[in-house]
Amino acid sequence: MLLDVNDLKIAFATHTGSVPAVNGLSFAIERGESVGIVGESGSGKSQTVLALMGLLADNARVSGSAKLAGEHDETPSIELLNARSRVLRAVRGARIAMIFQDPMTALNPHLRISTQMTELLAAHRGMKRRQAMDYAVEMMEAVRIPEAARRVKYYPHQFSGGMRQRVMIAMALSCEPELLIADEPTTALDVTVQDEILDVIGDLRERTNTALLLITHDLGVVAGNCSRAIVMRGGDLVEQGAIEQVFESPRADYTRNLLAAIPRLEG
Amino acid sequence: MAVATKSKSRKTRAMAAAAEGGNSLGRDAWRRLKANKAAMASLVLLALVGLMVLVGPWLSPYNYFSQDYNAIWDAPSLASGHFFGTDQVGRDLFVRTMTGGRISLMVGIVTTFVSLIIGVTYGALAGYLGGRTDSIMMRAVDILYSLPFMFFVILLVVFFGRNLFLLFAAIGAVSWLDMARIVRGQTLTIKSQPYIEAARMAGSGTAKIIARHIVPNLLGIVVVYVTLTIPQVILFESFLSYLGLGVQPPATSWGALINDGTSEMSVAPWLLIIPSIFLAVTLFCFNFIGDGLRDALDPKDR
Repeated sequence: MLLDVNDLKIAFATHTGSVPAVNGLSFAIERGESVGIVGESGSGKSQTVLALMGLLADNARVSGSAKLAGEHDETPSIELLNARSRVLRAVRGARIAMIFQDPMTALNPHLRISTQMTELLAAHRGMKRRQAMDYAVEMMEAVRIPEAARRVKYYPHQFSGGMRQRVMIAMALSCEPELLIADEPTTALDVTVQDEILDVIGDLRERTNTALLLITHDLGVVAGNCSRAIVMRGGDLVEQGAIEQVFESPRADYTRNLLAAIPRLEG
Repeated sequence: MAVATKSKSRKTRAMAAAAEGGNSLGRDAWRRLKANKAAMASLVLLALVGLMVLVGPWLSPYNYFSQDYNAIWDAPSLASGHFFGTDQVGRDLFVRTMTGGRISLMVGIVTTFVSLIIGVTYGALAGYLGGRTDSIMMRAVDILYSLPFMFFVILLVVFFGRNLFLLFAAIGAVSWLDMARIVRGQTLTIKSQPYIEAARMAGSGTAKIIARHIVPNLLGIVVVYVTLTIPQVILFESFLSYLGLGVQPPATSWGALINDGTSEMSVAPWLLIIPSIFLAVTLFCFNFIGDGLRDALDPKDR
């Protein structure tokens, strides 16, 4: 088991009292597995991920546990919730990587892609400049960016949205993380680009045996890319199970409603 | 239509330029700055002024302090060697303008540099760390702001005597406050950008995020502010000199020369006009360079 989340609770302390965001969520991810978290906005899916990365807002109160397995069988597992920042920094980027919803703003506009990628590689994998550069180009090719050797020197604004998302994927996977968290990776993109992006993620995952935690409100995306689904609503776990079970014989009414809400051509 | 073609050609040029390689922000910025004619002309002009100020005094047979009662209010002339004329006690204005320029430029550049280093570090730290740290740091700035500056300078001068270093310290002590406020405000906006979160996700620490992601994105606004600060500081120095708290005669600065010149305006207008031209040209140059640098440092704005 790679990640074991147990009874995760998140609440935000505000002027008017405590506002719960997630009420006791438990799930687990095996190595190389792909799990989708589905839910409408405000269901707590994004906050769950931020909690795992230790990047919640300052007024958040977290309880429960989230254990990330040790890198090898003999190393002890790491508790991610309320961990020291030094511990988290070693995990972020290197063992758990993340792709964001909006690729237009998730790259530093003042640094070339090559700089951003090589710095990441130098920090987490101790690569030398030359080596990191070659590897960056290789990763850019892996996410099917044409003329990668030339484009690696571009600034973010010189790429289109879909291309930038590929760059994000290349960066996220360049350190060969064990878990990739994708928070609505295709929401901001065209439908035609969406498929390609998911395809690229799938491809690379197979190569590196990376587990995927896909967060989305799009049931279609989950159906096509995940082996297990977790349905959330208003901070509660509605149901979780194998993808076939959730889609074909959903246990909860909410899931049935969600499935019924998918627009179909033959109405 | 014309606009569209123009912007397209600019874009393709920029892309070609970017693709050629060269990895540092500095080199890219320099290439873009070179394309800006006003900024390049200003840079050349400023370099000329700097060179004149440095070597000028050696080109003249006179020095800045000797008085010559046979040559009072001499008009500018090449024949007498008083290129810019003389003042009411017969001192050579050319040499005085050059040596005054040394002080003005030095005060302007050194104090601005000091305020830049302190202000950017302080502001970026306060803004990025946020919360209580931010409150404490910025309240400290507010308190320093509320101290009457003249009182502060007079106290310094009374306690430590008059010297140039004190002048730097006094002006620097005030001018970094503005810089810190501007930088902090800007940092707050940059901090909420997704790429900062992405950098944290990628495992970068605070120091690296500030140095690599926040400061470069601050550059545009900081550079513009610096080019506004340099003239401000130069003017400030002349104000202090006028009050007798800055440079002391016979040493001089552009500000002091202009102040002297105003009283001789009707008899010897060159005493006002020539130092004013030097000051104005320098200030113009700094403004154009600042403008050019801001454009050059923004990768999107090409």
